[in-house]
Amino acid sequence: MAHITRDEVERVAALARLSLTDEEAERMADELDRILEFVQVLEQVDTEDVEPTSHVMPLRTPLREDRAAESLDPELALANAPAREGTAFVVPKVIEAEEEG
Amino acid sequence: MTAPLPTLQEARRALDSDETSSLELVSNSLDRAASIGSRLNLFLGTRDEAAMTAAEASDARRAAGEVRSPLDGIPVAIKDNMVQAGEPTTCASRILEGFISPYTSTVVERLEAAGAVIIGRTNMDEFAMGSSTEHSISGPAHNPWNPERSTGGSSGGSAGAVSARIVPGALGSDTGGSVRQPASFSGVVGLKPTYGRVSRWGLVAYASSLDQIGVFARSAADAAWLLEAISGHDPLDSTSLPEPAPHCSEALDGDVSGLVIGLPREYFVEEGVDPRVLARVREAVGELERAGAKVRDVSLPHTDSAIATYYLIATAEASSNLARFDGVRYGRRAQGTEDLTDMYQRTRSEGFGTEVKRRILLGTYVLSAGYYDAYYRKAQRVRTLLRRDFEEAFQGCDVIATPTAPEVAFGIGSKTSDPLRMYLSDVYTVSANLAGIPGISIPCGFVEGLPVGLQLLGPPLDEPALLRVADAYQRRTDHHSQCPAEFA
Repeated sequence: MAHITRDEVERVAALARLSLTDEEAERMADELDRILEFVQVLEQVDTEDVEPTSHVMPLRTPLREDRAAESLDPELALANAPAREGTAFVVPKVIEAEEEG
Repeated sequence: MTAPLPTLQEARRALDSDETSSLELVSNSLDRAASIGSRLNLFLGTRDEAAMTAAEASDARRAAGEVRSPLDGIPVAIKDNMVQAGEPTTCASRILEGFISPYTSTVVERLEAAGAVIIGRTNMDEFAMGSSTEHSISGPAHNPWNPERSTGGSSGGSAGAVSARIVPGALGSDTGGSVRQPASFSGVVGLKPTYGRVSRWGLVAYASSLDQIGVFARSAADAAWLLEAISGHDPLDSTSLPEPAPHCSEALDGDVSGLVIGLPREYFVEEGVDPRVLARVREAVGELERAGAKVRDVSLPHTDSAIATYYLIATAEASSNLARFDGVRYGRRAQGTEDLTDMYQRTRSEGFGTEVKRRILLGTYVLSAGYYDAYYRKAQRVRTLLRRDFEEAFQGCDVIATPTAPEVAFGIGSKTSDPLRMYLSDVYTVSANLAGIPGISIPCGFVEGLPVGLQLLGPPLDEPALLRVADAYQRRTDHHSQCPAEFA
């Protein structure tokens, strides 16, 4: 594991749908590099045969009765929309398919 | 200036004996929020009219002999990441400017059902990402003990509001120490319950496997009342534990004889910690020994890995959770954009602050192809080891005592240019979140006029033990009664 380059920062920013200024990208590369260097401390820890923890409590999938219940009123759900039309959220035109999922 | 707010217990007694009214308490609280709160930048908004109306309703219930709970009529504040229908929630972020919640969080619903009066929303680090309440759209919160110092964070506004006697109690959220560390810096009690004890429904998510709502108060007894009001199973949160709310108040009998306190040797090494803070913590443990508790050495061998583990897991989860802020359904949308991707990118780039972007980038990076196993998976495995450390330690002790933070409140601006140094502020607190166990910070003295926090950690669901020990300590000492002179 090693250094994060500015190109990589920009690739990751694109994945996260963030656009960075040149100055931001430069600074982030530097800061993330130092953070990634710091987390290398974990390489010293022997985790052979150790199961990963994604959740501390035993997770069940609770089931509810199969009965219709009230949900959020469409007017309320749309009340915060930056742009809406009827019962839909309006977004800028999607001219071509997104390049990746 | 209006009178400082009493503790919850004092307020309850005064209400029950008709020496005060909810209207008087709430109006004092709102006055102080407007004067002291504004000066120290502790609030992001208050709801004056709604709070006064709720206070009048509470007074009417009391007159009719229909008091709902010990909290009925008492003003409280909530961190600005818990939603309430018809009220704004900003998470101290530009991206949520103008957002009005269409629904109410379970904690707010439970507080209101108990009769408590919510007076406003407190300042915080944006999306709870920070340890100083400096990364806020409204600027830093100032510590009531010294306004040039940080309140700690990310729930700094709530900690400061209790410290400056604006409210007797407040809610915060704790993902890596965000209740306990500001409690320590601000000289108040801060309790992070067991993961799953309190419903997260309506809490804006930062890192879902670590987030837990907690309480601020001035005494263990007050914290117990707040915890009892907000905890217990909630069908709306699938990670909420089935256990009913604990009866903590009954545990507060001042008796700690025979109780075993573990001191993890890894937390008492004199490196990266102010020795005067360690001295205060040792004195506090000595006091508990005189009260009959036994002290034992324990070991948490993976402590050194906790910060790295935390920042990998928390940022990974954050990068996923914050994907929802895309300018489509709510929040602020960038104007004049070309297409959908451009709209997403500009909305998020304009809407998020630097620390949030940094964590989204780090989280996206550690989850991305080629790095997932080396960073994220590795951190999850170390998390297992950290959990086991605690399981083994609690075989030999009832609670664990440590400092809450390695230092007293640092200066505002002293760490913002060095993110890694800021992250190290959480060195003693993150492990409890990674292990899912409860923790509390209580005032245990001062260094150069600034409060020091003693942290107590317990096994899952043993909040009563933590509160019992905290209460026993507070019966024998008066650090928790100290108030910044200006606000007394």
